[in-house]
Amino acid sequence: MKHLLTLDDLGADGVREILDLTDTFVEVSERQIPRVPALRGKTVAWLFYEDSTRTRLSFETAAKRLSADTLNFSVSSSSVKKGESLRDTVETVSAMGVDAMVVRHSSAGAPHRIAGWTDASVINAGDGRHAHPTQALLDCFTLRSNLQSFEGRHIAIVGDIKHSRVARSDVRAFTMLGAEVTLVAPQTLLPPCLDGWPVKVSHDLDSVLPTVDALYLLRMQKERMTEALIPSLREYSAGYGLDLARAAQLPQHAVVLHPGPMNRGVEITGEVADLPRTVVLDQVRNGIAVRMAVLYLLLGSGVDLTTTGAQ
Amino acid sequence: MTPPFGGVFVARTEVLSADDLKRAIWRMAHEIIERNQGLDNVVLIGLQTGGVWLAVLLGEALEEIDGNHPPVGSLDVALYRDDIGLRPVMPEAVTDIPVDLDNRTVVLVDDVLFTGRTIRAALDAIADFGRPRSVQLAVMVDRGHRELPIRPDYIGKNLPTRRDEAVDVHQNGVDLGEMQK
Repeated sequence: MKHLLTLDDLGADGVREILDLTDTFVEVSERQIPRVPALRGKTVAWLFYEDSTRTRLSFETAAKRLSADTLNFSVSSSSVKKGESLRDTVETVSAMGVDAMVVRHSSAGAPHRIAGWTDASVINAGDGRHAHPTQALLDCFTLRSNLQSFEGRHIAIVGDIKHSRVARSDVRAFTMLGAEVTLVAPQTLLPPCLDGWPVKVSHDLDSVLPTVDALYLLRMQKERMTEALIPSLREYSAGYGLDLARAAQLPQHAVVLHPGPMNRGVEITGEVADLPRTVVLDQVRNGIAVRMAVLYLLLGSGVDLTTTGAQ
Repeated sequence: MTPPFGGVFVARTEVLSADDLKRAIWRMAHEIIERNQGLDNVVLIGLQTGGVWLAVLLGEALEEIDGNHPPVGSLDVALYRDDIGLRPVMPEAVTDIPVDLDNRTVVLVDDVLFTGRTIRAALDAIADFGRPRSVQLAVMVDRGHRELPIRPDYIGKNLPTRRDEAVDVHQNGVDLGEMQK
C-alpha cells in the first residue's frame, strides 16, 4: 500500500491489521524513552491547507517517535500566498525528496490529485467533507479497547453529519467492522441524500440513548452557522446536547467519544465531558499510536498489506 | 527462524535432539550462575520470537538449580533493525520488560546467532530502557558468519554452516536445513 486516502485503501482486513499493529506502538509510547529508530532518514512533510492543531501535533509526535524528519509547511507564510498552484507546491516539496506528505485540504479529493503528482506516499489528514481516515482508525482503536469487538455493537453518531468528514469515515469504518450505526441529527444537519449509506437515521436522541454501546458526538461547527441550518445553538443543545440527565440514560458500559475540539455547553456539557466514560483523552493518546502504525506501514515496514495474509 | 525471513523451512539433519536441547539449557543455566556468582540482579530477556520460549526454559532451569527465579522479559527489535522490512513487526511479538534495567545484569537470549544484526538492534533497544551494569548473550546455536563484532557468552551448540543454509530451533531439538520459497 502506497497511499492512505480513504479507508477503502485498507479494507476491513487492513483496518484490523492496523489496529493490531497499533498495540505495538502503544507499548512504544509508554516506554521511558518513547522513541524507536524505525523511520530514521525518512522525511515527512505536512501540507496543511486548513487549520488543525490536534491532527497536526499528533502526526508530528508520531513521526518524531519513529525518528523521521519532519518538514513544516504553513500555508499562511508560504508561496501559496503569492499565488502558487497546488500542483506547483506539491512538485516543489516533492523535489526536496520527501518520503511522505500528510495533506489536509478544504476540497474533497485534493489528496487524491496530489497522489498523482508525486512519488511520495500521501496520507489524507482530512479533505473537505470527504474523509479523515486516521481519525476513523483512532476511533476504532479506542472503541475496540472499550468494547472488545464491533460485531453486533450499536454506535450512534450525533450532530452535524452534513459537514463532517469524520462522520463519513467513521460510518465506513464502524460498519466495515460489523457495527450497527445510527445517525442522530436534525434534518437540516443530515446530508441531503443518504441512499446507500448502511445506517439508520433518527431525530430523537432520547430514544436512541438506552440502545447504544457508544455515542459519538460531533463538534457543532460554529463557523458554518451562517447557513442558518438550526435556529440557535441553544436550541440545538436542548435537543441534541449531552447533559448529565441524558448521560444517565446510557447503558452502564457505553462510552462517549468526541473528535475534538469540544464545545462545552453546546454538544456536550462540562460535567459530561469530565465523566470517566468520556474517552476523549484516550482518543488523543491512541491517535499518536495509530498514526505511528500508519507511517510505519507506508514508509518503514517494506510490507505490502495486501500480501501479508500468508504470515 | 533465521534470516532470510519468509519461505518454509525444510529440515535435512537433526543437530540436537530434545534431550540434547534440555542438557544444553541445563549447562547454560549453570554457566550463568557461575559467571555471575549467583543470580542477584540478573534479568533474562528473550528476543522475539525464537528467544522467548528459550528464556522461559532457561529461567525455569535457573530456579531449579539456584532456588531463585530471575525476572524474564521479551523484546521485539523489529523497530530497531537496520534492514527494516526483512522481518516485519508482528503484533503478537510483544515487548515486555518487567523490571527497571538500571544496574542489572541483562542476559539476552536468542535461538540462533548469525550475522549479529539482531543483537546489535537489541543492544540499541536495551539502551532505551535503561543502563544495565552489563549485557550478556546466550544463544542456543552459534552458526558463524558474523558481520559485526559480537560474541556470545553462553552457547548451546557451535554449528558450522553455509550461508544459504537455515537453522531451526524448536521445543524438540535443533535442525539444519534450507529455506524454500
